[in-house]
Amino acid sequence: MAENTDVWEVFIQSKNGLAHKHVGNVHATDKEMALQNARDLYTRRNEGSCIWIVKSEYIVSSESEDGEAFFDPSNDKMYRHPTFYTMPEGSKNI
Amino acid sequence: MSLLNYTLRIADSSLISAQRLSGWCSKGPTLEEDIALSNISLDLFGQANGFLEYASEIDGSKSADDFAFKRNEREFYNLKITEQENGHFGDTIARLFFCSAFNFLFYTELSKSKDETLSALAAKSLKEVKYHLKHSKSWMIRLGDGTEESKLKIQESLNSIWQFTGEFFEMDEIDIQMNGSGIGVNNTSLKSSWDKIINETLEQAKLTRPEDTYMQTGSKKGLHTECLGHLLSEMQYLPRAYPDAKW
Amino acid sequence: MNEKKFQEKIDLEKKIEPKDWMPADYRKHLIRQISQHAHSEIIGMQPEGNWISRAPSLRAKMILLAKVQDEAGHGLYLYSACETLGISREELVQQLQEGKAKYSSIFNYPTLSWADMGAVGWLVDGAAIVNQVSLQRTSYGPYSRGMVKICKEESFHQRQGYEIMADMANGTPQQKEMAQDALNRFWWPSIMMFGPQDSDSPRTGNAMKWKIKRQFNDELRQKFIDQTVGQAEVIGLTIPDPDLKWNEEKGHYDFGEMDWDEFWSVVNGNGPCNIQRLEHHKKAHSEGKWVREAAKAYSKKQKSTETN
Repeated sequence: MAENTDVWEVFIQSKNGLAHKHVGNVHATDKEMALQNARDLYTRRNEGSCIWIVKSEYIVSSESEDGEAFFDPSNDKMYRHPTFYTMPEGSKNI
Repeated sequence: MSLLNYTLRIADSSLISAQRLSGWCSKGPTLEEDIALSNISLDLFGQANGFLEYASEIDGSKSADDFAFKRNEREFYNLKITEQENGHFGDTIARLFFCSAFNFLFYTELSKSKDETLSALAAKSLKEVKYHLKHSKSWMIRLGDGTEESKLKIQESLNSIWQFTGEFFEMDEIDIQMNGSGIGVNNTSLKSSWDKIINETLEQAKLTRPEDTYMQTGSKKGLHTECLGHLLSEMQYLPRAYPDAKW
Repeated sequence: MNEKKFQEKIDLEKKIEPKDWMPADYRKHLIRQISQHAHSEIIGMQPEGNWISRAPSLRAKMILLAKVQDEAGHGLYLYSACETLGISREELVQQLQEGKAKYSSIFNYPTLSWADMGAVGWLVDGAAIVNQVSLQRTSYGPYSRGMVKICKEESFHQRQGYEIMADMANGTPQQKEMAQDALNRFWWPSIMMFGPQDSDSPRTGNAMKWKIKRQFNDELRQKFIDQTVGQAEVIGLTIPDPDLKWNEEKGHYDFGEMDWDEFWSVVNGNGPCNIQRLEHHKKAHSEGKWVREAAKAYSKKQKSTETN
């Protein structure tokens, strides 16, 4: 007998100021249960200050095969990286 | 010694509640709930440990473990509701809900205690108990407003555990003395707030508040139900079987 | 073409992620391996859960409860990783309950005394750690990340067990006897956790080619024995293997022949607790059905009021 519950992806912000990080998923039938389950499963060792949960079906992912078209162009555009530029010797705070 | 007795009452309720909840390990309705109940159990063991350590300090010779493992049935002061068998999930949730609602109100007051240790222990416990209340309240609502079967079951659970809820609000000589010196809580004053939490939740859960009938009493004098003896036999077995051993 | 690109990725130590192309057999192998790993964590809660109510001190009780809770968590991480391969948790649980999926045979042995909590933590978790450290480098991304997380949490488990053994070995004569007895019963089953000898393991070839598996069974088994013998000596307990002997030339311990009849017997369902473990799991599952149904019904009601 299939009893599929909803699957929710879990994102944890470990410390104030940091970005949320994906840690896995939980099964739950409502968002309150999902939040509590996520807290019980992923923050037992004080790993969290804020939890986001998103139903897996709402996550949109780029396809792996698109990888080249999607991501490679930025590989060429090194001028976006600060290390691309040579700064005059002795200059500070730049 | 009033302070010792008062502290043990709080410790014992936490300890026995925790022991019962730990019985759900590997038996939960879902893995997630298994973890949730174990978490709550761990919180309660931690609280019990804190209060027992204080009891040990007050007593001067017995350790926290001595209190937990070497007292007999008539020397325990946990509320009767905490020693009731787990039953099915609904029975456990009903019990957890009633106890958490009370603990929330109790620890809120106790954190204002003139006794610094009790006040600190209460403040710490309060954080955890807020979560226990949230968790159990959510389940009351899911079960009450879920299926016909779940509604029937949780209503039955409420009905059978109701007789134990009177004990929360009793005041005996020790309570009166502790409250008088600004150390302990006026339990009776918590009733109307407790009723409010219960009534609001039962309404949301589409459940009926049971009629007040016979209310159990006696735990403050070490008079328990038949459940406690069995629980202690199991819990205390090893230290009693090997009195010379250190664990 | 896909096959070639896939193998190139593997050879370059790149991770395979859920949406990547993968051979059907790779997917099948992973589902089997990850789910059995998950089932092991869950079933493993039972032998240890058996002693929570009787733990002999408050500290011991809390530590054991936290440990078993961790096992549940590990099971969840692994079911989660397995689901990325296109199978639901419900299907996986069904496979377990119908006996179609296996779990680690070590959990088909009973925990008969408190000292078993020591032996299980020290030896069973110890063996699991050796295996899991190796698996951190497995090729499938979600499995690898799950292993990294689990390894971080697992080391307290082994220490908890070893501490119990050490304290008991150093305690009253009755405690020492209890500890030695637990070691006697759990040593060989722990060694068997590393599986059959590589010569008897048909799936090893692909598992190594696809870097699902990173080291051979015999290699891992040897590693575990080498690190554990000294630990037993330090606390004054004797490993129940008369053939155990340091081999200076090889730089490893020689050890006795395992009882492969027992191994295959237990793997195939004829161990002391096989029936009991599954019955327990099924019972919990069926007794919880009304709760799961209630939660779902409640959630449906909420959704319909939201859209109205």
